[in-house]
Amino acid sequence: MEKREKILELLQQNARLTASEISDRLNFDVDEIESTIKRCETENIIRGYYTLINEDNYHVKKVRALIEVSVRPERDGGFDRVARNIGKFSEVTDVMLISGNCDLQLIVVGESLNEVANFVAQKLAPLDGVLSTRTHFMLKKYKEAGFQFEDDEDYERLKITP
Amino acid sequence: MMKTMNDSKLPHSRVAKHIASLPKSGIRDFFELVMTMDDVISLGVGEPDFVTPWGIREATIYSLEKGHTSYTSNLGLLSLRKAVCNYVEENYSVAYDPVHECIITVGVSEALDLILRALLEPGDEVVYHEPCYVSYPACIQMAQAIPIPIQTVEQNNFSLNPSDLEQKITSKTKVILLNFPNNPTGATLTYDQKSEIAKIAVANDLVVITDEIYSELTYENQSQSIAAFPGMKERTVFLHGFSKAYAMTGYRIGYACGPADLIDAMMKIHQYSMLCASIMGQEAALEALKHGKNDRESMKNEYLMRRNLIVKRFNKLDLSCTNPQGAFYVYPNISSTGLNSESFAKRLLKEKSVAVVPGTAFGSDGRHHIRCSYAVSMDDIEEAMKRISEFVSEV
Ligand SMILES: Cc1ncc(COP(=O)(O)O)c(C=O)c1O
Repeated sequence: MEKREKILELLQQNARLTASEISDRLNFDVDEIESTIKRCETENIIRGYYTLINEDNYHVKKVRALIEVSVRPERDGGFDRVARNIGKFSEVTDVMLISGNCDLQLIVVGESLNEVANFVAQKLAPLDGVLSTRTHFMLKKYKEAGFQFEDDEDYERLKITP
Repeated sequence: MMKTMNDSKLPHSRVAKHIASLPKSGIRDFFELVMTMDDVISLGVGEPDFVTPWGIREATIYSLEKGHTSYTSNLGLLSLRKAVCNYVEENYSVAYDPVHECIITVGVSEALDLILRALLEPGDEVVYHEPCYVSYPACIQMAQAIPIPIQTVEQNNFSLNPSDLEQKITSKTKVILLNFPNNPTGATLTYDQKSEIAKIAVANDLVVITDEIYSELTYENQSQSIAAFPGMKERTVFLHGFSKAYAMTGYRIGYACGPADLIDAMMKIHQYSMLCASIMGQEAALEALKHGKNDRESMKNEYLMRRNLIVKRFNKLDLSCTNPQGAFYVYPNISSTGLNSESFAKRLLKEKSVAVVPGTAFGSDGRHHIRCSYAVSMDDIEEAMKRISEFVSEV
């Protein structure tokens, strides 16, 4: 694996690792790690850093919906223009082009069920190129970005073994 | 070399002499002490901190669902033996016949006991290297033979010097017992060292038992198994298992590959004393060989990063620490603190709640060293090393 790949793999698991912590793990030079990360940022390979919050354990609970959208593809550009326009709404956190029964899959966030429903009815569905939508409200999240939201229970594991 | 228990108040008379004279495992006392304490960060664990990969656990459940709850052939499931022999051929370049040259055991622990009992008669000598896994001298003694240790040293990265080995060979020597990558030092052998040791074994007509339980966890300069050198297959018993590479310690599945006469002798003992390894474990092991590679590799990758971290931290403390090429242990030298390894470990536990294992548990020459396992999360390694650093500056 090349160095950049290894650095990105670590950051993808923990964006808060410092260059010196990455250096402890990979035995690469700190300066080299810093410049690699900088370059990834300017080259748009690293697009941002965000914090994974387990909202079940947090008093501020947002409503999230997974929305499947069927789109009329366009002669030049297919689904891209519609997908980009949908992504411009601040309510939409994720937009993916997928294979299967529909074309786009979105995640939409709001303060309440109503707010999300209104967004779909008033903003999303009427959009030029959107043929139909199917909304699934998320009830509980078990795993995200590789992180399980609940730990296994402790048991009698030995503290010293040969 | 072995300490004997001379407490005359203990009712020893009923216990067979060769058992009564076995030392208690050096880890035992320490273990009792640790169990009484809360919030200990332990670098004392000789097993993966990872839970067995889910795919393997799920296959175990499926095996139960299908009602596979019977005994198996004494030698183990033929399907597993075939998969084991394929795996060994692919990864270690020695071809074994799954019908006559392979037996599935209850861990390497049982395999080691079987081969020692199958080979040894009273008075035979077994040459092995110290520091080593705690069971080696004890198992040799239980087979009524004589353990002959060779000290491996820090200056040589705890690798085994073939000429040191040669010097210990006498007319009574029957077996050479090797474990590389090594518990507790993480040492490995180079190709040349293996080649030299192989020549010594052939020249002196010795059996080599090679415990390769950590072989997948070799980080640099992997070389072929000693079983693959010329003239070695017919005199080598290759011991391996699933405990470390697949984080399956609780499954208790291991195996031995070797010449048919020795596997057959091991089988005789195994069939009367163990019957067979558990079928759930065997089916899980088969799944590990079929689909466990990615999980195995990602655990190895994680261990490697932890090794880099812990070695760096120790060397920063002026506790010299060789860079181990395998397994998941470091074996730093703590003599600069002025403490011996037992008082170092006891005081570190009492004063900083960090558990490490004193080197004396792994051989008589361990008073300057401690074993620290890095099969522990990065966060725990960082915190433990912070506390060790405080401790070292205070003593
Ligand atoms: C060198 C060595 N051999 C054998 C074993 C035991 O392995 P198993 O779980 O296969 O019995 C261990 C476990 O710590 C070990 O370190």
